[in-house]
Amino acid sequence: MTLELIWYFVVILAMVCYAMLDGFDLGVGLLHLFAKEDKERRIFLNAIGPVWDGNEVWLVIVSGALFAGFPNVFATFCSTFYIPVMVLLMGLIFRAVSIEFRSKHHSTRWRKCWDVVFALGSFVISFGVGVVLGNLIYGIPLDANNNFTGTFSDFIHPYALLVGVTTVALFAMHGAIFLVMKTEGKLHDKVRSWIPRCIGFFLVMYVAITVGAVMYRPYMIDSMHSYPILYLVPLVALAAIISVPFLMRKKWDGWAFISSCLSIAGLLVLAVVGTFPYMIRSTVQTQTNSLTIYNSASSELTLKVLLIIVAIGVPLVLAYGFYVYRTFRGKVELDATSY
Amino acid sequence: MDVVMLSRIQFAMTSMFHYIYPPLSIGLGLFLVITEGMYLKTKNSLYLQMTKFWVKIFALTFALGVATGLVQLFGFGTNWANYSRFVGDVFGSALGAEGIFAFFLEAGFLGVMLFGWKKVSPKMHYFSTICVAVGAHFSAVWIVVANSWMQTPQGFKIVGTGEKARAVVTDFWAMIFNPSSVDRLTHVLLGCWLAGIFLVVSISAFYMLKKKHHAFTQISMKIALCLACVVLVLQLFSADSSAKGVAKHQPAKLAAMEGIYKTQDYSPMTLIGWVDEKTRSVKGIKIPGLLSFFVSRNFKTPVTGLDEIPQDEYPPVNIVFQSYHIMIYMWGLMVIGAFLGLFFLWKKTLQNKKLFLWFLMFSVGFPQIANMVGWMTAEIGRQPWIVWKLLRTTHGVSPNIVPGQVIGSLIMLATIYLALLVLFLFLLDSKIKHGPTEKEEMVPAYRGNV
Repeated sequence: MTLELIWYFVVILAMVCYAMLDGFDLGVGLLHLFAKEDKERRIFLNAIGPVWDGNEVWLVIVSGALFAGFPNVFATFCSTFYIPVMVLLMGLIFRAVSIEFRSKHHSTRWRKCWDVVFALGSFVISFGVGVVLGNLIYGIPLDANNNFTGTFSDFIHPYALLVGVTTVALFAMHGAIFLVMKTEGKLHDKVRSWIPRCIGFFLVMYVAITVGAVMYRPYMIDSMHSYPILYLVPLVALAAIISVPFLMRKKWDGWAFISSCLSIAGLLVLAVVGTFPYMIRSTVQTQTNSLTIYNSASSELTLKVLLIIVAIGVPLVLAYGFYVYRTFRGKVELDATSY
Repeated sequence: MDVVMLSRIQFAMTSMFHYIYPPLSIGLGLFLVITEGMYLKTKNSLYLQMTKFWVKIFALTFALGVATGLVQLFGFGTNWANYSRFVGDVFGSALGAEGIFAFFLEAGFLGVMLFGWKKVSPKMHYFSTICVAVGAHFSAVWIVVANSWMQTPQGFKIVGTGEKARAVVTDFWAMIFNPSSVDRLTHVLLGCWLAGIFLVVSISAFYMLKKKHHAFTQISMKIALCLACVVLVLQLFSADSSAKGVAKHQPAKLAAMEGIYKTQDYSPMTLIGWVDEKTRSVKGIKIPGLLSFFVSRNFKTPVTGLDEIPQDEYPPVNIVFQSYHIMIYMWGLMVIGAFLGLFFLWKKTLQNKKLFLWFLMFSVGFPQIANMVGWMTAEIGRQPWIVWKLLRTTHGVSPNIVPGQVIGSLIMLATIYLALLVLFLFLLDSKIKHGPTEKEEMVPAYRGNV
């Protein structure tokens, strides 16, 4: 019975990786239109150019890991969030092609058009992922066969929207810090001047979702009551979040970025602690109709095979991830092959 | 229309649109490995020029392949939730391997291949190109294995009953190497190579007609046509082996492919024809005994006809029949293009054959059409099953979605995909018109000296 648990941690880890990595390139997209000149926008795009699709693969990994290890969760998740998933896919398609297409044709109107698509796509994805996550934490009505019994309007409630906006704020902050690291000169100063506003926006939202969680879903702190050691999670998250503005003021940009990564990880783990062992919580007949780690996992053999694949694959992934990031470290320089 | 039909249309549409791009990436990936390797070996800057030109087109096809591939992955869950629950345990390991081994390899090194020219050494750059190509091939491996399991399931047991029934893996390797995996994978990869190769042929033919980029075109055309001839011959053997597999494991599908309603000696193969599903007959030009020969290597042995299949397990016959035949016609057209082209090239008269060059220019469509109708044969021929003899398509659909949702997403996806196709063709066209970068602009090609 520990295999499900291990695989659950793998899924969470993949989610954390996705949020930390795609988080910054989505953030760059959210800030894209605030850079006014074509050259500035090109620097933004090329800052994420060599890595964004690798980052997005983590989303494939998260969904693949769910499909593989928790097919019930994958099936219920996708068919429940039919419309949100379609909208997210639309965002992902448009965003991917906007990065690729923008530079392929020399025309100001063409480029401006794709700039808007890129920013809008980034927003739709960030906000959409947040709203879906908010709904998962909040719970949805399921029947005895784990099928959704509600309608689209069930997804639109204050708590889910709050999580959506928080995700946007978090990614914008994360992306801004990343851009500070990748730019130089005037643009660097410009991006740096955005930082306090980004952090401020996020801090306000952070307080709001904390209040929201306590208000709407008080049981989220139950597990911390039972295992007081878990109080460390919100504390670490809080420490990471608070350290970001201090590190930025000291211009320790790299450390600030790491803190920002930790904040993302901390917030996700906090959500996990609050919902464990439910993966999709049913608001009706919670005890019997919910999908938990234990009632939705694949067979032992499949989980074993999956863990072997991960054990072989992840070191490889980390090795070439490290290599790619190292190759493209430092400030962005534009050349003939750039976007 | 009901949710099942709408979802089938949606999945078919997204699959077919998706499948324009990965074969191009796989085929061009192979081509890039050859040209960049030739450059490093011969230092002839023409090969570098080729590599740099095709890399840009590769990037375009890759981006579209990834974007549309995500729709495929989520499409399993959104519209086929019960199917996902049923196959999750089996699909899981294949899909997991695909993500970890293929996508990361491809996406990770793509950045280095596209933007790393001056950041890494030539050898390292070539290594990245190889990784991207290998990653592209790997991604085909796992998804074809998973799909083959749907055609010829093996290495599993069924747990639970009714709505709760699930296929659970009992033997991982038996599941991976199910009876059709190797045949189908070979067939698919060869088809992908052809897609990439004929894109090169087509663009080269265009430049020949325009009398532009002479040296570049000569060498591109030569490599591509040689590859095409070899691959087309290999495809013949692969097709033969696949067909035998279908005859053994999915007789209903083979019967539909040739419209065989009656099991009898000297089963015919129809060169061109039309199936009348009402009267259960095929009108057309038939060669008696040919199908028997392909399946069992003698003209007499009967091939199982649809009369031995329960009627509620019939696939739609005519559409499978036509798809399968169009695939063969496409192969024939490619053979004419490749072998005749190579002959003219050898005679040094290719650039004067205007009409034939026009034919080659349109040849880019042949492998694409062959790939599409090939998959139609495989997937429609599997009906009414979504997993052969285990789960009916009608039982695989998501229970909680309504027609309105699917109509909405279908319209949305169709609109986006159509727009993407137009944009893709527009950009491809402008890339082609722009042509390969002239030599002077490319220096220095790599970091340091080569």
